[in-house]
Amino acid sequence: MVPELGQLTLILSFCLCVILGTLPLVGASTGNRLWIGLARPLTAGVFVFLTLSLLVLGYSFVTDDFSVSFVAQHSNSLLPIQYKITAVWGGHEGSFLFWTWMLSGWMLAVAIFSKAMPDDFVARVLGVMGLIGAGYTLFMIATSNPFDRILPLSPPDGADLNSALQDFGFIIHPPSLYMGYVGFSVVFAFAIAALLSGRLDSAWARWSRPWANAAWAILTIGIALGSWWAYYELGWGGWWAWDPVENPPMINWLLGTALIHSLAVTEKRGVFKSWTVLLAIMAFAASLLGTFITRSGLLTSVHAFASDPTRGIYILGFLGLVVGGSLLLFALRAPLMKSEFGFAAISREVFLLANNIILVVASAAILLGTLYPMVYQAVSGGELLSVGPPYFNMIFVPLMAILVIFLVLGSISRWKKTSVEYLRKQLGLVAIASVLLGVVLPLVVTFEFNFGASIATMLGLWIILGIVQDIRIKISNKASILSGLKSLATSYIGMQIAHLGFATILLGAALTSIYSVEKSVLLSAGETVDLGAYDFVFQGTEPVQGPNFVGDRATFQVIKNDQYQRDLHPEKRVYTQSGSPSTEMAIDAGFWRDLFITLGEPRESGAWSMTIYIKPFVRWVWLGAILMALGGVVAVMDKRYRRLKVRTLAGEATEAEQAGKTDQNLRPASN
Amino acid sequence: MSRLKLFIPVGVFVVLALMLWRGLYLDPRTLPSVLIDKPLPEFELPTVEQADRLISKADLPKEPFLLNVWGSYCLPCLQENPILKAAAEKDVLPIIGINYKDKTNLAQMWMDDNGSPFDFSIVDADGRLGIDLGVYGAPETFVIDGNGVIRYKHIGVIDPQSWQEEIMPAIEAVKAEALN
Amino acid sequence: MTTPAALTNSRRGAIGAVRILLQIATFALLCLTANAWSAIDTFEFENDEQQQRFRTLSNEFRCPMCQNTSLTGSGGGVAEDLRREIYYMIVEGKTDEEIEQFMLERYGDFVLYKPRLMTETLLLWFGPLLFLLLGGWIVLGIIKRARPQVQEAVVLDDADQERLRKLLAGVERQEEQDKSNNR
Repeated sequence: MVPELGQLTLILSFCLCVILGTLPLVGASTGNRLWIGLARPLTAGVFVFLTLSLLVLGYSFVTDDFSVSFVAQHSNSLLPIQYKITAVWGGHEGSFLFWTWMLSGWMLAVAIFSKAMPDDFVARVLGVMGLIGAGYTLFMIATSNPFDRILPLSPPDGADLNSALQDFGFIIHPPSLYMGYVGFSVVFAFAIAALLSGRLDSAWARWSRPWANAAWAILTIGIALGSWWAYYELGWGGWWAWDPVENPPMINWLLGTALIHSLAVTEKRGVFKSWTVLLAIMAFAASLLGTFITRSGLLTSVHAFASDPTRGIYILGFLGLVVGGSLLLFALRAPLMKSEFGFAAISREVFLLANNIILVVASAAILLGTLYPMVYQAVSGGELLSVGPPYFNMIFVPLMAILVIFLVLGSISRWKKTSVEYLRKQLGLVAIASVLLGVVLPLVVTFEFNFGASIATMLGLWIILGIVQDIRIKISNKASILSGLKSLATSYIGMQIAHLGFATILLGAALTSIYSVEKSVLLSAGETVDLGAYDFVFQGTEPVQGPNFVGDRATFQVIKNDQYQRDLHPEKRVYTQSGSPSTEMAIDAGFWRDLFITLGEPRESGAWSMTIYIKPFVRWVWLGAILMALGGVVAVMDKRYRRLKVRTLAGEATEAEQAGKTDQNLRPASN
Repeated sequence: MSRLKLFIPVGVFVVLALMLWRGLYLDPRTLPSVLIDKPLPEFELPTVEQADRLISKADLPKEPFLLNVWGSYCLPCLQENPILKAAAEKDVLPIIGINYKDKTNLAQMWMDDNGSPFDFSIVDADGRLGIDLGVYGAPETFVIDGNGVIRYKHIGVIDPQSWQEEIMPAIEAVKAEALN
Repeated sequence: MTTPAALTNSRRGAIGAVRILLQIATFALLCLTANAWSAIDTFEFENDEQQQRFRTLSNEFRCPMCQNTSLTGSGGGVAEDLRREIYYMIVEGKTDEEIEQFMLERYGDFVLYKPRLMTETLLLWFGPLLFLLLGGWIVLGIIKRARPQVQEAVVLDDADQERLRKLLAGVERQEEQDKSNNR
C-alpha cells in the first residue's frame, strides 16, 4: 500500500508541474495576475509531493520492502542502514526521482528567494522549471517507475547494492553532483524567462548571477567528490579518467564557468547579452546530455546504468523539445548586436570574451571526443574506435594553458579600455618572476629538469602572483594593508579565491601526473619494500568480518629516514550476497603527498601482491576545487544581491533604465 | 549581424540530436574482428584430450570447420552446447574447441557432464592463442575455410536464431566456395 | 552492474534478450567488477624506464572486454593477459610502435585510446584546432569593431594620448576605489 502512495504523489506532482508549466506562463504574457500568483503555491505543492514520493521510496528501502522491484534490485536486508537510505540513488529509477526532487528543491528556493523580482518574471521562471519538471515526472511514470512491484511472487531478499557503491563517497557524490547539475536549470529558466519577456538587461543578469554562482560552486564540489571517490575506490590512483559519463559534467562545468564570467560582463557593462543567454541554454543542454548519455546506454562507461533505447528515445525527445525549442526562441528573440561596442580592443571585456571562447572550444572538443566513436561507428558501418585519456589530455591541457594566460590579463585589465603599457607595468615583473621560478623551483626540489613541471609551475605562479599584484593595486592607496583588504568587495574576494583554487588544481593535476611513483611487489609478512624516501614494512594480514562482507586486513609500518611514521591497513573484501570482491585502499593523505597501498591477491606461498604509490600534490586537485567552490559561495554572499532584495519594484525599474542608458550598444530586438 | 546568424546554434543542435538519435540504434559493444580474411595464427599447444601431445596449425582440418572458444566457467557456453552438439551429430562440419583460460581437469569434467561437440579442444591456458585470435571472452565462434583462413566471427552465445540466420549462412558460403 | 548497451540489440525479440542477458552474465563474470578492482602485476623490469613504458602503454590501451577502462584499470581476464604480453614485449626490446601494431592487428582500432591519425580521424584530431580558429576569428571580428565611444570624435597626438590615458586611468582608479568603498 505504501509504495502506491509514492506512485500517487508522483502522479500528483506531474499534474501540478503541468499546471505550473502552463497557467503562470500564460498569465505572465496576458497579464492575468491570478494565474501569475499561482506560480509560488504550485511550486510548493510540487516540492511537497515529490518529497513525499522520495520519502516513500526511502521508507520502502528502510523497511526492506522487496516487493518493490527497485528495492529488490538495489538493497538487501543485511545492507547497513546508511546505504539502505542512499540506495535510493543507487540505480536508474530512484536516482531519477532524486534528481527530479532536486529540481523541485531549486524551484522552491527560487520561489522563496525571489521576493525582489517582479511577479510576472518569477512566474515565467517557475513556469519554465515546471515544464522541465513535467518532462522528468512523465519520464518516470512512463518508462522508469521506481515504485514498480514484483507481485505476487516478491523475492525474499534483495540482490544487494553494488559493492563498489557501498562507500562514503556514494553518500555524498551523487547528491552534490545532481544538485549542481540541476542548478543550471535555474539559470536556464531565467534566460528563457528573459527571452519570453524581452527583458534581457543588466537587472536580469544580476538576478541570475547568484544562482549561476551557486550551481557552479555545487557542481564544482560534486565533480571533485567524484574524482576523490574514484581516486580511493578504483584502486590505481586515477582521479580523472575522461570517461564518457565524466565528460558531460566537465562540459557543463566549463560552460558554467564561461557563463558566470559572461554574466559578470553583462551585469557590469550590459554587453554580450545574447552570448550569455546562449551559454545558459548550452550549460543546461549539457546537463540534459549528461542524463541522456548515462541513462540511454549510448556510450559504454563504468557509470552507465539503465541501457534502454525506449528511455533513450524519451530523453532525446525531451532534449530536442526543450533545447531545440529554446535555441529557436533564442534565434527569434535574442537582441542583435550593433556594429560598434563600447570597449577597446584591449580591455577586460575582450579578455573575458577570449576566455569564454576558449572554455567553449574546450567544451566542444570534449564533446567531439566523447561522441566521435559513435559517429565513426555510424559512418564506417560498424567499425569501432576509442577516444580516451591520451586524446583528451593532449587537447585539453594546451587550451587550459592559454586560458590561464588570459585569466590574469583579464582580471588585471580595466573595463572599456586598458593600455598595453599599463599591463606591461603591472604584470612585467609577475611574468618574469613566474618564468624564473617556474624553471628554478622544480629544479631545486628534484634536481632534474622537467619541461611539463616547469610550464605548470610557471602558469600556477602566473595566476598566484597575478592575484597578489592585483590586490596590491587595489589597496595601494589605503592607510594599511588590513584596511585595504577590508575595503575589497565581497564578490572580488570570491573571484580571487576561485582563481587561486584554479591555480591550485592546475599545479596539483600537473605535478601529481608528472611526479607520482608506484611499485608493484610480492611481499611475505616481515618483508620490506622501499619507494621514494619511504620504507614499507609488511606485518601480515588478519581476517575481518563486516556486516555484509568478509575479508583480509593487512598491516604496514611506514618508515621515513628510520623514523616510524604510522600504520596503514589496506583490505581485501568479498561481499557475501553478490560474491563480488572489493579492494579497500589504505591512504596516508598529506598536503605534499599521499602514500597509498592497494592489496592484490595472496599467492600459494602466503605472500601478497600489492602496489604502493607515492602521489605528490594529489590533494591539491581537490583542495583547489574546494577553494573554487568557496570562491563561488563568497561571491553569492555579496551585499549587492541582498541589497537588491529590499528594493521596491519602482527602484528596480529606474535601475534597469539606467542600465539601459549606459548601454547604448545593444538594444533588445523589437518584438 | 543579421538575425540569420542567430539560427546557427539551433542548426548545430539539430545535427547533434540527429546523430544522437542514430547512435541509439548502434551497439558499441560488439567488436568487429580485424582478423576476418586473415589466416589462423601459428600455435603449438596440447589438447584437453591428449595433454602430452602438442598440435599445431597443420593438425587442423583441411576442410571448412568451426572454432569455438569455450571454458567450463562460462555459462553461455553451456547454453550453446546443445546447438553445437546437434551440428556435430548431423556432421555439418568439424568443430574444434579452444579451451580458453581454463583448467584442463575442469574442462574434462565439463565435457563428461555435458557432452562435447568438439573433435578435440586446444588447451589455451594462458590465453595466448586467444590474444592472437583477438578473443576477448568466451564464448566466441569462428568459421574457418579449407585454407585455414578466418571467414566469420560470432561473439557471445549462439542461440537457435543466430545459428540459423548468421552462422549457418556463413558456413554454407564457405562450403560452397570449397566446392567450386 | 555491467550494463552493456548490447541491449540496443533487443529489437530482435525475446530470444535476443535471453542471449543478451547471458552475454551480460559472461561479461559480469569475467570482468569482475571493473570498479573496486585493482590490477596488480608483480612484473620485474630491468629498469625504471621499462616500468614507466609499461605503465604508459597499459593506460593507452583499452580493455577489449570491459565497459570502459584501460588495461590498467581492468580486472578482466583478457586485460591481464594483454598486460602480460606487453610486459614480455617490453622486456624483449620491442618498441612502442611495434607493441601498438601487435594490439592493432588483433583487436583493431577499438583498443587504442589514442586514435591513429588517418583520414577518418582528421576531424577528431584537427576539430579542436578548427574550433579554436573559429573562436579566434569571432574574437578578432569583435575586436575590429570594438572602440570605446569616449575617444571617437577627438583626434589626439601621442603626447596628448599619453596624458589623457594617465588622466583617465587615475579617474577610473579613483572611481573604482570609491565604488569599492561604498560597497
